[in-house]
Amino acid sequence: MLERNALTLPARAGLGLKPEHYGAILDGKPDVGFFEVHAENYMGAGGPPHRYLEAITERYPLSLHGVGLSIGAARPLDPDHLSRLRALVDRYNPQSFSEHLAWSTHDCGFLNDLLPLPYTPETLARVSSHVDQTQQALGRRMLLENPSTYILFEESTIDEIDFLEAVAERTGCGLLLDVNNVMVSAVNHRLDPFVYIDRFPMNRVGEIHLGGYDEAVDSAGDRLLIDAHGSEVKSDVFELYEYTLARGGPLPTLVEWDNDVPDFATLFAEAHRVDTALHAEAERRNSRAA
Amino acid sequence: MDILVCQSAFAQALLDPAAPLPANVGSARGESDPARFAVYRNNVYVGLTSALARRFPVTARLVGEEFFTGMARVYAASAKPRSPLMFEYGDTFPEFVSGFGPARALPYLADVSRLEVAWSRAYHAADAKPLSVGDFSAIDPAMLARVKLILHPSASLVDSSYPAGSIWQAHQSTEVSAVRAAGSELVLIVRPQMQVNVCILPPGPDRVFARAVANGETLGEAAIQSMADSPSFDFGGALVGLLSLGAIAAIEISTEEAS
Amino acid sequence: MNRNSAALALAGSLAAALTTAAFATPMTAEQMKGNEKCYGIALAGQNDCAAGPGTTCAGTSTMDYQGNAWKAVPAGTCTSMDVNGHMGSLEPMKG
Repeated sequence: MLERNALTLPARAGLGLKPEHYGAILDGKPDVGFFEVHAENYMGAGGPPHRYLEAITERYPLSLHGVGLSIGAARPLDPDHLSRLRALVDRYNPQSFSEHLAWSTHDCGFLNDLLPLPYTPETLARVSSHVDQTQQALGRRMLLENPSTYILFEESTIDEIDFLEAVAERTGCGLLLDVNNVMVSAVNHRLDPFVYIDRFPMNRVGEIHLGGYDEAVDSAGDRLLIDAHGSEVKSDVFELYEYTLARGGPLPTLVEWDNDVPDFATLFAEAHRVDTALHAEAERRNSRAA
Repeated sequence: MDILVCQSAFAQALLDPAAPLPANVGSARGESDPARFAVYRNNVYVGLTSALARRFPVTARLVGEEFFTGMARVYAASAKPRSPLMFEYGDTFPEFVSGFGPARALPYLADVSRLEVAWSRAYHAADAKPLSVGDFSAIDPAMLARVKLILHPSASLVDSSYPAGSIWQAHQSTEVSAVRAAGSELVLIVRPQMQVNVCILPPGPDRVFARAVANGETLGEAAIQSMADSPSFDFGGALVGLLSLGAIAAIEISTEEAS
Repeated sequence: MNRNSAALALAGSLAAALTTAAFATPMTAEQMKGNEKCYGIALAGQNDCAAGPGTTCAGTSTMDYQGNAWKAVPAGTCTSMDVNGHMGSLEPMKG
């Protein structure tokens, strides 16, 4: 059994840290609950990325979010990549480490996308063993994130939530609930996103993600949502987020905005919207308890 | 289906837009839908070409967005990232550009992209305190000829038959002004502290000297090569010049007898 | 020139350069800017805005993965850039 890391992220709004905002953050010292970085962008030997991240982590809690470990891959985890992650975790001692229920590396190289996998007893065993190996290598508990998907696999026999819960059960890992991914997948696969939230094991959730989706249509003219992270959080996702808070209580919540990154003021306004929702939920709970 | 077979089929269909969709892929309607699978194909290609556009902004401006994206897509079709460290993606792009037929009319393009590779490598390179001129003056003069200079971890030279440095410089503003340079340039890219510096080294024997130093020659050998290029070579000026740019991290004394 | 006299020549040349060197430590970024005494020509460049490509965990709705027919021609600054009176295409020079 792994010892649970005593450090946790605050139940506040966090923002994805972008190089174009380093200066604005260090100069303006905005009141943001935490910052999150993609681990792979800080795996260079030195230079400005580390210099800025050191300065920012002196002031703010950090969530380290991996995008390239390929936990859902058929092939073994890359030991070099695990070592690089370990070095980063040791250097910055982040309040959280998370990765995706997805794969991205194959014999042809790194495919630079979060690719889906069928949910079967075989993939469940594989993912659980990779999560286990990661937690052992990092010496800490990790969070596993629900994916956004555009297709379904015919051989899937396990429901996505059951799959995530089983991985958490077997490995002791926590879950990262991406509410935008819930909406994207629900619309794409004709499911009810509120039922997904109702069924999600909220007691295992260590962090929530929010982001903006793009809208397209498939060959039959059906709505096809794309997890684009290039805009503000859409109103239906925000409503689903408030519903999630009502079920699970205030949780650390990241706003992801990775494409067409706006100025910092725009991002900060998104964080403020989230903080307001978190505060309202905390107030509701306090008044209920009183 | 075995998970490895499944992912191989998925990856193969992903990378070849003309390939049929994997047999096990469906949708909520039941049947598979190319428009849905296309999201993944698209994410991979657009992700890779936009990564290249961010690493090679001057190369992209030189040829324009449509040409660059097309060229990057051809490169991405044959060269996938070797690791999830996307800031390293495109290390072999300059070689590809130099052999890319449709860009043949722009023979300097590959050199500009080499400069951009050196720039981002310098940005992410290990930090090190450069050797100062003061540190160097402590060396026993009798040892000088046997000294080898160790380049700063961020330092590299880009040797171009064209004014690649001047062309790069002209693209650092929104308006591209006239390039007042002709002929070849030897460009030093180095990040002594937190800013990447790009410097066109003086022509003539100073270039011979810088190349010899970068090749790991002793100062004695580098000086001989430089004086052979031009007897007016100023050894002290060239050495202090490289030191003052922060290009040198350390020295070692060669144990080999000078010939 | 034998080895001893060569070593002396190098030492003398270095000593001369050190007495005229205006700076005993590598220049800071600020000192580099517009410093005419810089060895070679220092070019002012992009800084943090050019962190280069990063990773993504997002998708895109830009549809652009099929590009078999090559029809693009270079149409960027190479068509207007004036390099010492030459447009775009340059002859290689030895150096």
